[in-house]
Amino acid sequence: MAVKMLGYFERSSVIHQLSGVTKLIIFLLWSTAAMLTYDTRILLVLLIFSFVIFKLSKVRLREISLVLALILFFLLLNNLAIYLFSPQEGVQIYGSSTELFTIYGRYNITAEQLFYHFNVTLKYIVVTPAALLFIITTHPSEFAASLNKIGVHYKISIAVSLALRYLPDIQRDFRTISQVQQARGVDFSKNEKLIKRLKNVSSIIMPLIFSSLDRIETISQAMELRSFGKHNKRTWYRAQPLTKTDWLTLVVSTLLFIIAIVITFYDGSRFYNPF
Amino acid sequence: MDHPIIKFEQFSFKYHSQVEPTLNEINLAINHGEKILILGPSGSGKSTLAHCLNGLVPFSYPGEITGSLTIKGKQTKDLDIFSLSKIVGTVLQDTDGQFIGLSVGEDLAFGLENENVAQESMKKIVADTAKLVNVESHIDHSIHELSGGLKQRVSLGGVLVEQDLDILLFDEPLANLDPATGRYAMELIAQIHQAQHKTVIVIEHRLEDALQLQFDRVIVIDDGRIVTDTTPNQLLASETLDHVHIREPLYTKALKYSGAVIDSKHQPQQIDQLILSESDIKRLTNWQSHYRKPFTTPPSDQLLQLEHVNFSYESRSVLSDISLTINRGEMISLVGKNGAGKSTLAKVICGFEKQQQGSIKFAGQPLDRESIFERANRIGFVLQNPNQMISKHLIFDEVALGLRLRQIPEDEVKEKVFDALRVCGLYPFRNWPISALSYGQKKRLTVASILVLEPELIILDEPTAGQDLKHYTEIMDFLEQLNQLGVTIILITHDMHLMLEYTSRAIVLADGQLIADQSPADVLTNDQLIERAHLKRTSLFDLAVKAGIEQPTQFIDHFISHDRQVRKTWQ
Repeated sequence: MAVKMLGYFERSSVIHQLSGVTKLIIFLLWSTAAMLTYDTRILLVLLIFSFVIFKLSKVRLREISLVLALILFFLLLNNLAIYLFSPQEGVQIYGSSTELFTIYGRYNITAEQLFYHFNVTLKYIVVTPAALLFIITTHPSEFAASLNKIGVHYKISIAVSLALRYLPDIQRDFRTISQVQQARGVDFSKNEKLIKRLKNVSSIIMPLIFSSLDRIETISQAMELRSFGKHNKRTWYRAQPLTKTDWLTLVVSTLLFIIAIVITFYDGSRFYNPF
Repeated sequence: MDHPIIKFEQFSFKYHSQVEPTLNEINLAINHGEKILILGPSGSGKSTLAHCLNGLVPFSYPGEITGSLTIKGKQTKDLDIFSLSKIVGTVLQDTDGQFIGLSVGEDLAFGLENENVAQESMKKIVADTAKLVNVESHIDHSIHELSGGLKQRVSLGGVLVEQDLDILLFDEPLANLDPATGRYAMELIAQIHQAQHKTVIVIEHRLEDALQLQFDRVIVIDDGRIVTDTTPNQLLASETLDHVHIREPLYTKALKYSGAVIDSKHQPQQIDQLILSESDIKRLTNWQSHYRKPFTTPPSDQLLQLEHVNFSYESRSVLSDISLTINRGEMISLVGKNGAGKSTLAKVICGFEKQQQGSIKFAGQPLDRESIFERANRIGFVLQNPNQMISKHLIFDEVALGLRLRQIPEDEVKEKVFDALRVCGLYPFRNWPISALSYGQKKRLTVASILVLEPELIILDEPTAGQDLKHYTEIMDFLEQLNQLGVTIILITHDMHLMLEYTSRAIVLADGQLIADQSPADVLTNDQLIERAHLKRTSLFDLAVKAGIEQPTQFIDHFISHDRQVRKTWQ
């Protein structure tokens, strides 16, 4: 299932047509902005943009529901942790305390705290589509080319994209190996105690490593025999030259980024204070 | 004057990790445009020789070189792997493992990308090469969706994008291919040779299939030395093959059984070209007249029954409506092209996968509710790749694992493990670490670890893949002995010889359907079946037809029973 979670979704959309480099740069700008700012107005604008972009990509919500559920889970966990460890964070930040009701001791509910949580949640929701869309709308082969273009060495770029590519194969191996081990009597089910179960899972690891090493040896020989690593640079078959749309998108998003950053830091605080 | 393009002079090579040299005093000259077959059993040094040509030796596998090897007049010692790859293009053995790009176009382009070729000219070269190997209509397809034959074309194309290559080197191009795809691969090599006049070097141990390509010379290597350097016709007429554990073609074997002498003038290198003399024909017909129908009663005690089994994976049907019966004591082959559903069928029988429809009975009892674990006590499954099965460091522990997990007292475990190791010929190594075993020994170890659970039925996936004749015979004789001890055996295989020589019945799958369940000799003479299941007609049939024998299938049967007899006395 994990493959389906973060695979490439073939569509013909404006987002897909953008060069991988453009998407990568936008993703980086976007997440930097969303991470730095706590300005609710900016976050709301970004939110509207991300919905539009997502709509444009023609990827359906249902198709990535599993990842979304996972992110939602972490979001809840994060909110819960913030409240548990720092129930007065909002009060400190916004400098006032509008108490709505008390639970116990310092664990009261204030409008400031709720507003702070709202902002954190917004940040999550704003970053998610950008990150997901970069991964699911960039063809795996363009992925390496994009990384390389923004300055990552091509050997590392290829290593990353090969690792992504081998994921399905390794998962298949994992499945077969676990079936073979089950046949021999190794129990991975809930009937076994947790510690024992973990130990049992380790019996899959060794065969998995050995069969993966075989794979790595073959592919690295094949690559070497086809001149991989000969020069300090290489060209890319799948690299898309930047089109007008790419440049336009890049200029617009850089402008937006600058505006967002200026507004965020303009009044000396990253937070927008309605109180 | 014609300078040889490759010249070995007193060339020896020793891996750093080994005591003895792998190649010894090799003297060999290969001229431009020649087609050369390098033949030898596993461990003979033939792969090392290939690695010396493409630079993997000594750049990836370091070692000590003495003597000289020149390619295009240059000492390879003074070159590096990258300059060599501009002269020698290598197609590796493992077709699936050597693809780097996801789509056909990308993979073809890989070498060009590394050479910093600009995108525009790269696209042109890729398009030209795709045309050359005839994959231009698949250029944007994902490689993993292609058939075995197309994959072969792409892997060759990926090498041919380097247009100035002088030498093409094929490292066991037939390994892991179904027979029809193997034939197709050899045709492809012939086409490219004809179109481009490059020097072609093929490393193989499957002689009969390799000979389809009209080689100029065959160089036989054994124990790191060149044993013979001759033409295919002369090789078949000589006795070299008997000494080096290479399987001779079935038709020459049959001729020899009949008492005929192979003459190099009769062009034995291909059955189509073979000239049979009057006396040869007389001998063959005479030999055939000794045929007696064997008095064997086929086993009839039903062990495994599949009824209308259907299985689909991710809404794609993999097995449809499979019904078959396996009787106790049988040794059966399960054949069909790559991806026909053979392994899946085995997995469904073992409970690794669950069929959506239909039922499976074992010894009359339904199996459907039994878990993988419970079924494993009665049905064992040995995967093709032993590395996927081995999970312990010591041989003893590996075999003992299944018993220990079944809570069997330790002294009983010891006894059973020793028995299994003895049967598999691994008893002397019982205290060794597994990493010290050869590939063939590892394979036997995985059989031992299944055998120790005393299953009534064992399914083996490609038990002899990549093994030379010696190891092949060892493994198959061992399985035959097991079978005689009462274990029922199903073999998944691409090897038509194995199917013919060792199994009494063949189950043929094509696209998830069972299309035949009959004797191997009947299967391998039925052109329609052969076509659908990507098999290859046995050359024995062609020989029989050539000799004017009226019942070719009977001729094949006679050959098989004669061959079994010979093998038995030889043991």
